[in-house]
Amino acid sequence: MTPDGTLNRAAPTQSGVQPEIEDPSLGLVRQAETEVRPPDVDLDLEPEQELLTINMGPHHPATHGVLRLIVTLQGEQVIDLKPVIGYVHTGIEKSCEQHSYWKVIPFVERMDYLGYFFNMEAYCGCVESLLALEIPPRAKWLRTLHMELNRIHSHLVWLGTSALDLGAISMFWYCFRERDRILDLFEMSAGQRMHTRYFQVGGVFEDIPVGFEQKVKEFCAEMPDRISQYEALLDQNEIFLRRTKGIGIVPRERLLELGVTGPLLRAAGEPWDLRKATDYLAYPELDFNIPVGTVGDGYDRYRCRVAEMRESVRMIEQCIDGLPEGPWIADDRKIVLPPRDELSTSMEALIHHFKLVTEGFRVPPGELYHSIEGPRGELGCFIVADGSAKPGRVHFRDSSFVNLQAFREMSVGGYVADLIQNLAMLDPILGGIDR
Amino acid sequence: MLLAEVGFAEATWVLIVKSVLIFLLVFMIVPVLTVTERKLIGRFQNRHGPNRVGPVGLLQPLADIVKLAGKEMFRPTGAVPLLFAIAPALIIFSGILTLAIIPFGNVVDGVGLYGIDVSIGVLYFFAFGSLSFYGLLLAGWSSGSKYSFLGSMRSAAQLISYEISMGLALLGAVMMAGSLSLTAIVEAQDEVWYIVPQIVGFLIFMLAGFAETNRAPFDLPEADAELVQGYQTEYGGMRFGSFLLAEYLEMFVVCAIATTFFLGGWTGPGPDWLSPVWLILKTLALIFVFIWVRATLPRLRYDQLMSLGWKILLPLATLNVLVTAILVTVL
Repeated sequence: MTPDGTLNRAAPTQSGVQPEIEDPSLGLVRQAETEVRPPDVDLDLEPEQELLTINMGPHHPATHGVLRLIVTLQGEQVIDLKPVIGYVHTGIEKSCEQHSYWKVIPFVERMDYLGYFFNMEAYCGCVESLLALEIPPRAKWLRTLHMELNRIHSHLVWLGTSALDLGAISMFWYCFRERDRILDLFEMSAGQRMHTRYFQVGGVFEDIPVGFEQKVKEFCAEMPDRISQYEALLDQNEIFLRRTKGIGIVPRERLLELGVTGPLLRAAGEPWDLRKATDYLAYPELDFNIPVGTVGDGYDRYRCRVAEMRESVRMIEQCIDGLPEGPWIADDRKIVLPPRDELSTSMEALIHHFKLVTEGFRVPPGELYHSIEGPRGELGCFIVADGSAKPGRVHFRDSSFVNLQAFREMSVGGYVADLIQNLAMLDPILGGIDR
Repeated sequence: MLLAEVGFAEATWVLIVKSVLIFLLVFMIVPVLTVTERKLIGRFQNRHGPNRVGPVGLLQPLADIVKLAGKEMFRPTGAVPLLFAIAPALIIFSGILTLAIIPFGNVVDGVGLYGIDVSIGVLYFFAFGSLSFYGLLLAGWSSGSKYSFLGSMRSAAQLISYEISMGLALLGAVMMAGSLSLTAIVEAQDEVWYIVPQIVGFLIFMLAGFAETNRAPFDLPEADAELVQGYQTEYGGMRFGSFLLAEYLEMFVVCAIATTFFLGGWTGPGPDWLSPVWLILKTLALIFVFIWVRATLPRLRYDQLMSLGWKILLPLATLNVLVTAILVTVL
């Protein structure tokens, strides 16, 4: 908890500096290993060779939603690949323009449906910056706490479904068991299990209830053991190692060119993480490492995410221990709803309440891009405010959308089974991609 | 005309009654297997498994069958009608035929507790077991679907590759017993079960058995993550159900053969009429392993499956046969 930066804050380098292995802030997930097994592929096509084009999806068990892949196969090998998106396009960004700022929150949290707290934070943080509104410390810490819980939740869903794609059917249920405990926590603090609408512009909707801290601590005490169990099931499994090691490697430089962020990029050795690179919420005051891989194959991606879950547990513990007392939402009556009990005694509060509910608060003209580190990488929100109570334009930089660009380079030349593995380790959320 | 020399001849009506009995017995075991598998996997996965139909979900298979039977047996327009209909029947047919040679017991009161005791038992098993391969291939090819086609291509390669290792794995036990007849092989295990001297053969047979029955971790022909359901993709109704039925039937047959060759077959304490119970119990124990593995292991990749079959199992099985042959001759 040192503000002067001695606490390992040295991780970020987007391009340029090679990360040092000795750097204590890099939770190196795997010792440098020379053994890389790329599939031996012969891409020199003979003219008479028959190619098979199959259409995977939009309804396919392994496309994680409604991603459609047009795959050209030569035997079992992938020759070409074209992802087609847009099957769950719901026009969320456009819909946001029709609603006042505070009514947009439920829209945006439904985009990437596994990272709803992150969506909310990207949006609320952006609006708060446009308003130049400082949120109280307790709100910052509560947001951090919920986002890290959400990160574990998202990674658990990823781990379960990825293992399912590889054929390890039981992992799914083990992961969902822990995921349900996180959802219980969300239900306790926010009243909803998914799409909680817990973050407000100005802070959080409600203070955490009595007993919540205890429940979170119980969860944090149990979770590392559970993660060890997942590792015991997968990390020592020869089939799993053979399916993931040396598969889907894209060089770090190429990933940077493509704009890939998140665990995918960190698995390739670039310790770029916005939690370290920028100051937002309580992250500057937390002690945590950024897990970094070395090879950048499917196994490193798996290791990175699992190590991130462990780091998130550490951060949640720190959030609970260091949770400051005080208000959980800002006191600006032009933006934040007045407390319910004041409505019957204060005329002023009633007027504010009426104005906020009917019209909403106005945001001064301007435009701003605010980005945070989501479970799948950089999640950015761009808002153009025109001075009214409704945003002029809301745009999201969804990490899954950008990361999907790397999919073709990961998969071409490999087998169909590797394609599934790559897609699983890519962890795309189609709700976020299509919006 | 005798097609093969049989060790024990019986009246025709006895043979007919036996066939019906064995058929009924196994077809009663298959639904039990499905519900057991779902229950067990449920337990492995920290959930209950089916528990709504009947007491503790025991009637679930009946509900499944009724549901499947009530579904339309549709056929894609691109399919080859006759072959599309024949394929599932062929698979079931091969499973049932192999049942005939599984010895549930020795001769009790003048009746052999098996369908037929042929002197070429092992060959019979492979001859009719391999027929199921035509079923898979035809099912995938006649569906006119690319997923089915890929699935059947995989199964064709897989079955051929693993059949050889499977045969060689049994050869060790055959040499030790000095007979191809399954009853003779069980009787030869009087002193010690062949799992002890033939442990390598047993392991290879079980591994190849996973591949032969298309069970996890070798379930590539129907790898749901990649090929949706492989050769079964286009099937519906009871035709789809018969693929499932055949899968459990084959699993039972493979485990029963493994029991016969390596676990002493029907032998066990108690009177003679208990021997079918012993065989079924041992078989169920092996089936439990099948289910356990399915709940635990991820799926192999196609090329890894091939290299395991050709580069590891086949040389190992050959070596096992060679060593056994030398030892049998010398000792």
